[in-house]
Amino acid sequence: MFHFALTLVALAAVLAVAWRYLGSYMAAVYGGRVKWLGFVEGPIYRLLGIDPEHEQTWQRYAGSLVVFSGIAILLTYLLLRLQGSLPLNPQHLGAVPVALSWNTAVSFVTNTNWQNYAGESTMSYLSQMAALQVQQFVSAAVGIAVAIALVRGFSRRGQETIGSFWVDTVRGTLYILLPIAFLAGVVYVAQGAVQTLAGPVLIRDPLNGVTQLIPLGPVGFMEAIKQLGTNGGGFFNANGADPFENPTALTNLLSISLLLCIPVALTYTFGRMVGSRRQGVALLAAMAVIFAVWTSVTAFSESQPNPAVAAAGLTRQPTGNMEGKEVRFGALNSALYGVASTQTSTGSVDASGDSFNPMGGFGLLTGMMLGEVTPGGVGSGLYTILLDAIVAVFVGGLMIGRTPEYLGKKIQAREVKLASLGVLVMPVTVLVLTGVATVLPAGRAGAFNAGPHGFTEILYAFTSQGNNNGSAFAGLNGNTAFYNITGAIAMLLGRFGIIIPVLALAGSLAAKQVVPASAGTFRTDNLMFVILLLGVILIVGGLTFFPAVSLGPVVEQLSHGRFF
Amino acid sequence: MTTELRRGFVLCLVALAIFGLAYPLAGTGLAQLLFPTQANGSIGKYGSTLIGQQWSGPKWFHGRPDSDNPLKANGRPGTSGAANLGPRSKVLVSETSKLIRYWRRQGVTPTSDLVTTSGSGLDPDITPSDAIAQIPMVSSATGIAPQRLRQLIRAQTVEPELGFLGPAYVDVLKLNLALARLR
Repeated sequence: MFHFALTLVALAAVLAVAWRYLGSYMAAVYGGRVKWLGFVEGPIYRLLGIDPEHEQTWQRYAGSLVVFSGIAILLTYLLLRLQGSLPLNPQHLGAVPVALSWNTAVSFVTNTNWQNYAGESTMSYLSQMAALQVQQFVSAAVGIAVAIALVRGFSRRGQETIGSFWVDTVRGTLYILLPIAFLAGVVYVAQGAVQTLAGPVLIRDPLNGVTQLIPLGPVGFMEAIKQLGTNGGGFFNANGADPFENPTALTNLLSISLLLCIPVALTYTFGRMVGSRRQGVALLAAMAVIFAVWTSVTAFSESQPNPAVAAAGLTRQPTGNMEGKEVRFGALNSALYGVASTQTSTGSVDASGDSFNPMGGFGLLTGMMLGEVTPGGVGSGLYTILLDAIVAVFVGGLMIGRTPEYLGKKIQAREVKLASLGVLVMPVTVLVLTGVATVLPAGRAGAFNAGPHGFTEILYAFTSQGNNNGSAFAGLNGNTAFYNITGAIAMLLGRFGIIIPVLALAGSLAAKQVVPASAGTFRTDNLMFVILLLGVILIVGGLTFFPAVSLGPVVEQLSHGRFF
Repeated sequence: MTTELRRGFVLCLVALAIFGLAYPLAGTGLAQLLFPTQANGSIGKYGSTLIGQQWSGPKWFHGRPDSDNPLKANGRPGTSGAANLGPRSKVLVSETSKLIRYWRRQGVTPTSDLVTTSGSGLDPDITPSDAIAQIPMVSSATGIAPQRLRQLIRAQTVEPELGFLGPAYVDVLKLNLALARLR
């Protein structure tokens, strides 16, 4: 327990440094003041045929984003379909099937990294590197770019443009993701993650006669960007539980730090760009409150015995629920990893979420249902919580009878409509698709566990994909035509259904003038606002998902002594 | 529109070159140069210290009961992954009961790691108390004094990194190698 507290302190210290320094560095990157990779950046702009000074309207920005993402899906799909004829395929794996390639291409381009396949037996090294890992960089940069575009909407006055999609994407990948991922990759390998192009190794242990064919691959550096870009798609089926991906408790903490650092630091970047650090601190405070409460609930739940193991006769489980967990992490670190991964849009796992205790599973599932804003995915966390903030000032405005303002911008009908649309797309997608899957035999067939837990597996799958998270109650058999197709729909809506309203909002805000603050202005950098924002996040998420969650983890928690 | 299509296509190719090839290949080169053992799987004559093996019989310390420790050589590696049984699963109750009965027959009072499967299906480690619980079994099968086995476990225990990260653990392969040297 004391060790776990120290782990939390270490994490908080790392994140505090990232908040301050990575935050201001990112503000400089997107302000065009960072140039140390100019010798790569410049030629890329020339190849693209763009002038980095030229900016786009929100419609053009969104158009470029959609076109780029569409081409990325197509290219990823083709690489997976053709992998049998391409190099770096030591296991001679054949083409990835059609529906699975489609689901996987959408999954990686939307920053979801939902995986209906086992990496070590499905993907060639080239597919892992050139199809999947590429998108782990690019989709992350696209997410940050959208967030920055929205922040520019707040910081600009009476302007038509919100930045250049091409420039923002290139800068994010080169200056932020690439250097941090490379350094982190070295640490992963030093700790024991594998990084090789050689094929699997056959072992015959003379001590016990065991034969093993051990899969290897270029894993460590993929692990770095998988976490840093809040992607979550691992090289191996076991993801962050696999000792070759996440070999030690140190890499476990590194993983948690990497997946949290950009979303947390973006609140600093936001404050810096809108000219008031306190505005960013207010958002961060709301994020931290929810993160802390969910971590406590989940960690407490996992420190308790597993009910099935207790029913089998082992009531004394002093190390907590170890079913589906790794000894080198233990129950508490696994719970922390799970919360961090579901409250960002990462979705990597270092333990089986399916085997978490009911309230632990509740913690993972509901962390996503709040819209992944605490602190959320890279970029997506910031732009989604800004939508919540707009709803919050709108509610505040209704209460005091004034036109709401946020950061000096009047929030009018158009802004509130766009923000509401962005907030509601995800719950509608998740609930409708979960309903469809529960009604259709093809959907019900996917559930692996019986009883309420089986329903939770289905609900979890669509919540995860609708939020571009990618974690799973992995017992679910998702590699069927039904889940591959419906899942891809959830991922596309959860990504572009929010990004497009956000960019429209950015455009509309950028065009506005700033209203000077007066005595009647509702302040958005104090405790009252944090409470109001928490209220909006919890009420919107809570009310929309309460009935569904009651049928899953809540029923399971209350079914004392019953087994399914 | 055609300009945008061309730009999208060009940026995808540039990203493929930098992040799909240059980044992982440079990483592989550096990893092989600086940390060749780790980068190639920490594999020695007896297997990888990071990948669990099935140990059968009372003469060895056992690891987690990852029943289908999946990397069986049938020409192609199996897949890693957890059993994914829920906390109120009847199947989990019966599987765990079997394991508890197995350990009792061996004269071992089971601990939770010894009757639960891991997250990867490949967990190479157990906690020191999981190892200590197996001393009666290993001692009576090998004739090595319990005190000697206890020392062995203590010597093989890896304390938490930086003093606080994760639980202390014992690598089962290393423990059994040390045990083999003792015989």
